[in-house]
Amino acid sequence: MLELDAITAGYERGKPVIAGISLTVQPGESVGLLGPSGCGKSTLARVAALLHRPDAGRVVIDGTEAGGWRHRAPRAQRTAFGVVFQQPRLSADPRLTLADLIAEPLRANGRSGEPADKVREFAARVGLTEDLLGRRPHEVSDGQLQRACVARALILRPRWLVCDEMTAMLDASTTAALVHAVESYRTETGAGLLAVGHDRVLLNRWCDRTVDWSTLAS
Amino acid sequence: MTTSEAGAPPVLDVRGLSVRFRMRGGRYIRAVTDARFSLAAGERLALVGESGCGKSVLASALLGLLPENAETAGSAVLSDETDLLAADERTLARAIRGRKVGLVPQSPAAHLTPVRTVSSQLEETVRELLRTPRSSLRAAAEEAAERAAFPVDHLDRHPHELSGGLAQRAATALALIGDAPLLLADEPTTGLDRDLVERTVDELARHTGASRALLMITHDLAAAERIADRIAVMYAGRIVEIADAEDFFGTRGPRHPYARGLLDALPERNFIPIPGTPPELGALPEGCAYAERCPRASSECGAQPVLVGGVACHHSEAGVGAAGAEGGAAGADGGVAEADGGAAGAAVGAAESREPREPREPMESMEAGHA
Repeated sequence: MLELDAITAGYERGKPVIAGISLTVQPGESVGLLGPSGCGKSTLARVAALLHRPDAGRVVIDGTEAGGWRHRAPRAQRTAFGVVFQQPRLSADPRLTLADLIAEPLRANGRSGEPADKVREFAARVGLTEDLLGRRPHEVSDGQLQRACVARALILRPRWLVCDEMTAMLDASTTAALVHAVESYRTETGAGLLAVGHDRVLLNRWCDRTVDWSTLAS
Repeated sequence: MTTSEAGAPPVLDVRGLSVRFRMRGGRYIRAVTDARFSLAAGERLALVGESGCGKSVLASALLGLLPENAETAGSAVLSDETDLLAADERTLARAIRGRKVGLVPQSPAAHLTPVRTVSSQLEETVRELLRTPRSSLRAAAEEAAERAAFPVDHLDRHPHELSGGLAQRAATALALIGDAPLLLADEPTTGLDRDLVERTVDELARHTGASRALLMITHDLAAAERIADRIAVMYAGRIVEIADAEDFFGTRGPRHPYARGLLDALPERNFIPIPGTPPELGALPEGCAYAERCPRASSECGAQPVLVGGVACHHSEAGVGAAGAEGGAAGADGGVAEADGGAAGAAVGAAESREPREPREPMESMEAGHA
């Protein structure tokens, strides 16, 4: 279970962006978090993925309280999460080929011995063809780069996925393809999902339940 | 064509527009191939397609903002006979951008100058485009802000102090100042939430009114459905279908298999993605670029389909009744220009003799003026 308990967080002292927000995701459950831009839903997603330290509140992952944030998070907890952001250009190192980009989590965890096949397997899952794997981000479209970012998020086989506006920049077909890639991974592994977005139709279609930000914040 | 029926020349008439980029090693990226459409006053056309299909390159071509390694062919003629593709930088900067073609940019936060207030940017544009005397600049800026529903009490703010919606309105206000007959909106709603998307496109529709024409480039089908009269679908650099929005989104539905697939992928419809990915614009097949993903593909698809009756497909869905007259005319043109697949290359080749263009100055320099 992923529990966010009374989270208060922000970027400036004394100016919390979110205050006292609680949300729980059951194992294998997909929860859509719906809110207008600027409401703080991305901040909550970052806290949930252990990428932003809250000012107050607890994050409990499968019964264990988060032991740290960002690089200070214990490896076992850090690697329990796969994260996909809205803008693939901002979350991809422009110097890496797509193959290296997808393999990066393996390398960062001292597992670079295993990439070759695994990278191809996960690339295929998100619909990336082999000829694209040798390219760098500037040589592919936003949709192709976001596919690589999803493969990167899945490659460590996380138990939890956090997708923050994963498809906001994408066309309808790529959106459907990536949601299907995430869902087939979840069916296979039983991973839980927190999907943040502003598209009610999409989140209702995608997730088991959709939570309105306004009901959390009140 | 809708436009010729009305008698007046179209606000924009794009004929056989092609853009290709010369790459290292003599390779070419064919970003736009043989685009044909026209826009009458009061008309709103949405150009839809996935990222990387060439739709933003088309917008850049219309504003003369292509990089130096671009080669163009065809023409894009305004109602006063100005060809946007043939115009030199001086003409573009002094007579076209902002005056004949107003740009509503993709990312207003990046389009606005971050170190200056909204008011100072509006005043500068008013001064340049309308030659308003200094004493009445502020009043003119306020008027410009009001047209785009930008709150006057926010005029002295810097772009970073604005919400996404207000930044969008500030950028729209700038685009409207010159009273250009053609509004070009390049992904005006990217990254905005649904309410804001609807508000933004409604405002664009309102500004188009009866006297202007709007070309909205977007990947957001819902936004296109909301305001467009006609939909043009672009795939791998070509317009593969152009249809009345009502038919396209209504019971008749799209007729090109790609357009059908795109609609079918919407979460409010079947939510089924189109298999595969689009081909590289640097290595387009000889025939139909969609064939390898297409459930209807057959041996005929080895030849490039011509846009006939508003759809470029050998196996298009038969439309209810006759195809749009508009598409028929364009199709006839296409047939002449493109008797076979190789002719498109020849069309681009013709442009090679044209002098490479001067590197473009950014849009802002036009607004800043050359004083």
